[in-house]
Amino acid sequence: MKSEVRIMTKEEVYRIVIDPKDHRDVPLTFITDCPSYLMTKTGSWRTLRPIVDNEKCIKCGICWKFCPDVSIHVKDDGAEVDYEFCKGCGICAKECPVDAIIMEKEEDYV
Amino acid sequence: MAKVPEIELMFQGTTACPGCGAGNAMRYLLKALGKNTIINIPACCWAVIPGVYPSRNLDIPLLYNAFEATGAASSGVRAALNAKGVDPREITVVGFAGDGGTADIGIQALSGCVERGTDTIQVMYDNEAYMNTGIQRSGETPYGAWTTTTPVGSKQAWKKAPKKNMMEIMNAHGIPYAVTMSIAYPELMIEKIQKAKDILGPKFVHIYAPCPTGWRSNPSDTVELARLAVDTCVFPLYEIENGVYNVYKKPKKKVPVKDYLKIQGRFRHLPEEEVERIQKNVDLEWEKLLKKVKFTKE
Ligand SMILES: Cc1ncc(C[n+]2csc(CCOP(=O)(O)OP(=O)(O)O)c2C)c(N)n1
Ligand code: SF4
Ligand code: SF4
Ligand code: SF4
Ligand SMILES: [Mg+2]
Repeated sequence: MKSEVRIMTKEEVYRIVIDPKDHRDVPLTFITDCPSYLMTKTGSWRTLRPIVDNEKCIKCGICWKFCPDVSIHVKDDGAEVDYEFCKGCGICAKECPVDAIIMEKEEDYV
Repeated sequence: MAKVPEIELMFQGTTACPGCGAGNAMRYLLKALGKNTIINIPACCWAVIPGVYPSRNLDIPLLYNAFEATGAASSGVRAALNAKGVDPREITVVGFAGDGGTADIGIQALSGCVERGTDTIQVMYDNEAYMNTGIQRSGETPYGAWTTTTPVGSKQAWKKAPKKNMMEIMNAHGIPYAVTMSIAYPELMIEKIQKAKDILGPKFVHIYAPCPTGWRSNPSDTVELARLAVDTCVFPLYEIENGVYNVYKKPKKKVPVKDYLKIQGRFRHLPEEEVERIQKNVDLEWEKLLKKVKFTKE
């Protein structure tokens, strides 16, 4: 059994998380390096979907500031939702000062 | 005013409920403190939010400790760093606990940590109940609130005791710095956390973090609720530096408390006279706070 303290490689992490053989497949290391964004794709939780109208967006960054899931980013051409992680809480839509974001039913998009 | 730094030390992929106020409490805290930080966390929502092994949600070392032991665990981390000859200004040690873990079960470990003068920041993220185990009342649950252990219905047994004042308890220890902050004001949070970081000795930080699941509120109202708590004077933003009080964000216009109560299901049962009673108490506490400012500043 491997018992040294080391950081798991990215390949090991992917293999263990996505396709583990059995529990012995998990190396005995104390330090892991599987960032939560590799294994917990919270976008599937969403029941409401934020839709940005970038014609209206003034790129103030308020939505980014208040999104508790770091899932909306403001770039030169406007705000962009990261649907892989956005949980659909609606805080961005509520806080946007120019109402550039509306919440729609997720079921209309799947 | 300090800007909100772009660095993200809290990753995507947390298991927090949609609209959770505790998410941004951690996110802004780490934006302010930066990478040279070690955090210890007891049993609470934030013990679950980072996910299960081998998931790593924070880009800093995280040590889990027993529910009642946050202050002691922080003291241990600091002692280990001291033994290794690390300058306290180089690495910040943070104990990050819920209201139950701070004001109730963890209060003796916290008291010991502060009394010993340990170089740490002790954070209480306050969602006003034991949320992780299913919304049981805590010492920080306010008067009037429904929880699963203060039920309403045939028995009108909503919480009858007042909210425990942790700022006063910390001040009674002669703590160098204690401060309240709100996730509705990220810039102010960053500014005050950085101020705490630069003060030697124990620091206490009380973060107001609405919980849509436990407060029976709309997830989209989380920031609005945190703002209303300040504007109604339900949760004033103030600091105590070596015994001197300072209110650092006064509401421009005091909003009636009922505007804050009415968008939370946990207060839905309250009759009008109870709402009035809460309003009177909020007014009294606010007047008392302003008097403390006046008295200690002179
Ligand atoms: C000694 C002990 N008692 C009880 C528990 C069960 N428990 C885990 S988390 C929790 C509630 C935590 O409440 P709080 O500190 O307010 O944090 P929150 O979950 O609200 O974020 C309880 C009672 C425990 N883990 N250890
Ligand atoms: S809050 Fe609204 S206006 Fe501001 S960047 Fe986001 S979408 Fe654009
Ligand atoms: S709906 Fe919530 S999670 Fe999604 S981008 Fe807006 S604030 Fe972030
Ligand atoms: S129960 Fe409340 S504090 Fe806990 S994760 Fe959910 S919203 Fe956040
Ligand atoms: Mg709590």
